[in-house]
Amino acid sequence: MSTFDVIILGGGPAGYVCAIRAAQLGLSTAVVEKDKLGGVCVNIGCIPTKALLQSASVANVIRHDAKALGIGVGAVTTDYGVAMKRSRQVSEQNSKGVEFLMKKNKVTVIKGAGTLLPGKKVKVGDETHTATKAVIIATGSRVKGIPQIGLEINKTTVISSDEALFLDKAPASLAIIGAGAVGTEFADIFNAFGTAVTLIEALPRILPIEDAESSEVIAKSFRKRGMTVLAGAKVLKATVGPASVTLEIETAGQKETITVDKVLMAAGRAVNTENMGFKEAGVELTDRGFVKVDLATLETTAKGVYCIGDVAGPPMLAHKGSREGTYVVELIAGHKPHRIMYDNVPSVTYCHPEVASIGLTEDQCKAQKLDFQVGRFPMSANGRARASMETEGFVKIIRDKKYGEILGAHIVASHASEMIHELVVGRENEYTVEEIDLAIHAHPTLSEAIAEACLDSMGRVIHT
Amino acid sequence: MATKIVMEALSPTMEEGRLVEWKKKEGDAVAVGDVLAEVETDKAVMELVARAAGQLLKQVVAAGATVPVSSLVGWIGAAGEAVGDDGAAAAGQAAGRQGGKAAGETAAAPAAESAPAAEAPPAREAPAAADAATPAQSAKAQPGGGAGAIDGRIKASPLAKKIASDKGIDLAGVAGSGPEGRIIKRDLDKATPTPVPTTAPTPVAATGAAPRAPIRTSGAPFEDVPLTQIRKTIAKRLAQSIGPIPTFYLTAEIDMERAWDAREALKAQAGDAGKVSFNDIVVKAVAAALRQHRACNAWWQDDKIRYWNEVHVGMAVAVEDGLITPVIRNADQKSLREISAESKELAGRARERKLKPEEYTGATFSISNLGMFDIEHFTAVINPPESGILAIGRIAEVPTVVGGQIMPQRRMRVTMSCDHRVIDGATGAAFLRTVKMMLENPLALVW
Repeated sequence: MSTFDVIILGGGPAGYVCAIRAAQLGLSTAVVEKDKLGGVCVNIGCIPTKALLQSASVANVIRHDAKALGIGVGAVTTDYGVAMKRSRQVSEQNSKGVEFLMKKNKVTVIKGAGTLLPGKKVKVGDETHTATKAVIIATGSRVKGIPQIGLEINKTTVISSDEALFLDKAPASLAIIGAGAVGTEFADIFNAFGTAVTLIEALPRILPIEDAESSEVIAKSFRKRGMTVLAGAKVLKATVGPASVTLEIETAGQKETITVDKVLMAAGRAVNTENMGFKEAGVELTDRGFVKVDLATLETTAKGVYCIGDVAGPPMLAHKGSREGTYVVELIAGHKPHRIMYDNVPSVTYCHPEVASIGLTEDQCKAQKLDFQVGRFPMSANGRARASMETEGFVKIIRDKKYGEILGAHIVASHASEMIHELVVGRENEYTVEEIDLAIHAHPTLSEAIAEACLDSMGRVIHT
Repeated sequence: MATKIVMEALSPTMEEGRLVEWKKKEGDAVAVGDVLAEVETDKAVMELVARAAGQLLKQVVAAGATVPVSSLVGWIGAAGEAVGDDGAAAAGQAAGRQGGKAAGETAAAPAAESAPAAEAPPAREAPAAADAATPAQSAKAQPGGGAGAIDGRIKASPLAKKIASDKGIDLAGVAGSGPEGRIIKRDLDKATPTPVPTTAPTPVAATGAAPRAPIRTSGAPFEDVPLTQIRKTIAKRLAQSIGPIPTFYLTAEIDMERAWDAREALKAQAGDAGKVSFNDIVVKAVAAALRQHRACNAWWQDDKIRYWNEVHVGMAVAVEDGLITPVIRNADQKSLREISAESKELAGRARERKLKPEEYTGATFSISNLGMFDIEHFTAVINPPESGILAIGRIAEVPTVVGGQIMPQRRMRVTMSCDHRVIDGATGAAFLRTVKMMLENPLALVW
C-alpha cells in the first residue's frame, strides 16, 4: 500500500505524458499499466503502422519511380514478415524509451490491471494505492468487430489491426471494413506488399471525416494502384470459413459477392471502461459509452477522479490525449493552463499521399451557412513536388470571406503530416490567410503550396 | 532566501510609480543602498535603492511600466537562487492596479474604468518582447491602456484586430482571455463598438515628457504621448474639483485697429473678391498660433494626450435649433482667401444641414464668435476631446490709454477656455499672447 499525489490508470500517450508533466510539477506520481508502456499508440497503433508504411512507400517508389529516377533494380520482391519484425523493433525501442522517461522523471510504474475504488484509491492485484490529489483515468480504447453482421474478430480470418501488425506474410486477398485512417493506412500497406485489397466504407466516401476533395484524391490514387475502393457500400452478409470469408456487399443498389483470405475490421474502436470499478466509484458514462467529463476540468462525476484520452471522448487521437494529460495535471497542481482548443486538433492519415487537415471541411462550412472562400493549389504546380515525383494532391484553404479567418485547411501531399502544423499554429494564434502568406516560405518546398493556396483564396495566386 | 524589491512610496502622496529605467541588469552585483532603478512619482523622478545585498536576480517589472506602491518589481538574492512565481505576482499587481483606479480615478478616467479588471495581463517583459517580433501588427494596434495593453501596446490576434477594426471596437477596452491576456476572437463577442479615430495612430513616444517642440508639418498627423505621473495627478485632482473637464479661462483684449485698417484696405482695393470677415482673420491667426503652440493643439484621450501635428480649426455656427462646428482643415496652411471662401461655403451648408460627418468632426481646436450679436465677451464650452476653444466678442471702440493719451480704439475681447488636464495656465497664456500679437500685427500672419 503506497500513497501518491496522483495515480494514473493507463500508460498510453495520454497517461504517460500526463505522468511526466505531473512529475515536472513536483507531484509524486504512479502509472498503472497492465501491458507495455506507450499503450496502443506505441505498441499496436501509430508507431508500428508508420514503420510498415515506410516499407510500403519504398516499395512503391522502387516499383513506379526508380527507373525514371535513373536507378535500375531487378525484380522487386517484398516480405511482410521482415517489415513486420522491423516495425516490432521500432515499437520495442519506443516502449523502452517511455520506460526510461518514467525512470528519469521518478514516476512509479505499477505493473498490473488497476481497479478504481471509491475515495481516490486504486487496487492493483492485492495492493491498494491511495492518491491524495487525483486519480486520472487514461485507459484508452481497443479494436472492435461488428458481430451484428457476423464479423466478430476471430483473429484468423477476421482480424483487427492487433493481428495485422503481427502477420508473418501478407494475405493474398484482404477486405478492409472501414476506410477511416486505420483502414486506409492498412490498405496502402498491404497493397504495396502484393495483397489484392478491397476497401469498404459504409459512408458515401472513404476518409469520411476529411474534406470530400481529399477523399476523392485518395480513392483515385488507390484505384490507380489496383485497389478496389467501395464507398457507400453495405456489407449485407458475411460467411466466415476456416481459410476465407465471403462477403455480400451492396453498393448503390448493386449487389456483389467477394471471397477473400482475410477481413480486417477497421470500423471504429471501443473504449475501455469495463471491469475497472468505474460505476462503483461513481464514474458515470455518456450515452455513447465514454466517461462523462466536464470539458473545462476533465473531472468525472466522481470528485477527484479525472479522465483523459480516448476514453474521455472523441477525437480518439494520441495527440489530443497527450494534451489533455498535461492540461489536467496542470489544473490539479493549481496552475491555469491555456484551455484546450478541441476545434484545433489536427487529423492525419499516413497513406500515400498523406492526408492532413485542421478545422472545418467545405461541406461543414456550407452546412453552417458560413460566408467562406476556398483557395486551392495543386501539388502538380509545386516545384519541389515535381522534383520529388510526388505531384499527387493539393492544398485547400477555406477562409472566412470577411476577415480571412482560416476556417479549415486540407492537405493531400507526400508529407502532408509535416505541413499541416503551419496552419495549426496559425489557427491557434488566430492568424488569417494574410499572415500565412506574409511569412516568407522557403523555396523550393512543399509548404509553398500552403502560401499559394492562401493567396488563391484572396484571388492572388502566383504559380497557377 | 531572495529578497523582494518593492515599489516604495517615495513621496507622501505617491500611489503608483512608473519604473523609468533599471540601473542594474539581471545578474549585476548589488550592495545595500545601490540605486536599482529610477522611478517617476506623481511629483518627480526619484531613485529606488537596494535594501539588501547580493545579485539582482530578476526584473519583474519592465522599464516603462507603472505599478502601485508596495507591489513587487524585482528580486535580490544569491546567484542562482530560485525566486517566486513572478508571473502570478505581477498579475496580482496588475489586477490591484485596476482596482485602485476604480477607487481613485473615477472622474478622471471614465473610459479606463470600462476595462474589466480581472483579466489584466502580468506586467512583465516576456510577452512584450514576443509581441515586438511582429512590428507590423503591433503598429496596426490601437495604443491604449486597456487590459490587453502593455506599455501602450495592445496584444491581440490578427483576426481579433481585423474584426475590431471592422466593427469599430476599441481594443483598449477589451479584456483578453488568450495566453498572457492576448485579445482573441471570442473576447470581442461581448465588446461593443466605440468610435475609433479614422486615421492610423503612430506608435507612442518612448519618453514620458510632454513635448513642447514646435509643430512640424511632415510625417504623422499626430503623436500620442503617455501621461506622465505629474500630468496624471493634475488630471485627477483638477477633475475632482471641477466637472469632468477642469476648465479655466484666459481673457485678453486685443487692439484691432490694424486688422480693421488692413481689412478695409483689402476691400477697397480688391472689391468683393477682397471681402474677408474678422472671423476669417481670427481663424487664420488662431491656426498660425496653434502651429507655434502644439501644447494647445491637442486632444485629451484619457490615458494619453494626442498632440496633433495638423491644425484643424472648428468654427461654431448657429443653426436653427442648435449649433454645429464645421472644420477648416489644415487651416494653418491655407491663405486668408481660402479660409474665407471655405468658411462661407461650410457655414452655408451647415445652416442647410448638408454637412457630411467628416466636415464637422476632427477639429483640433475651435473658435466661437458672438461678436455679431454685440456680445462684449463670453466663455465658450470646450468640445471634447479638444482641449481649448476661443470665444470671440464684439469689436468696439473704447477709450484706451495710448502713450499717456486717452483715445478711442477698436478693441476685441477674447476668452480662451482651457482643459487644465492638457493645457496649463502659462501654456494657454503663451498661446493667447501669440494670437494677440498676430491680430495686432496682421503682417505676422504671413511672417
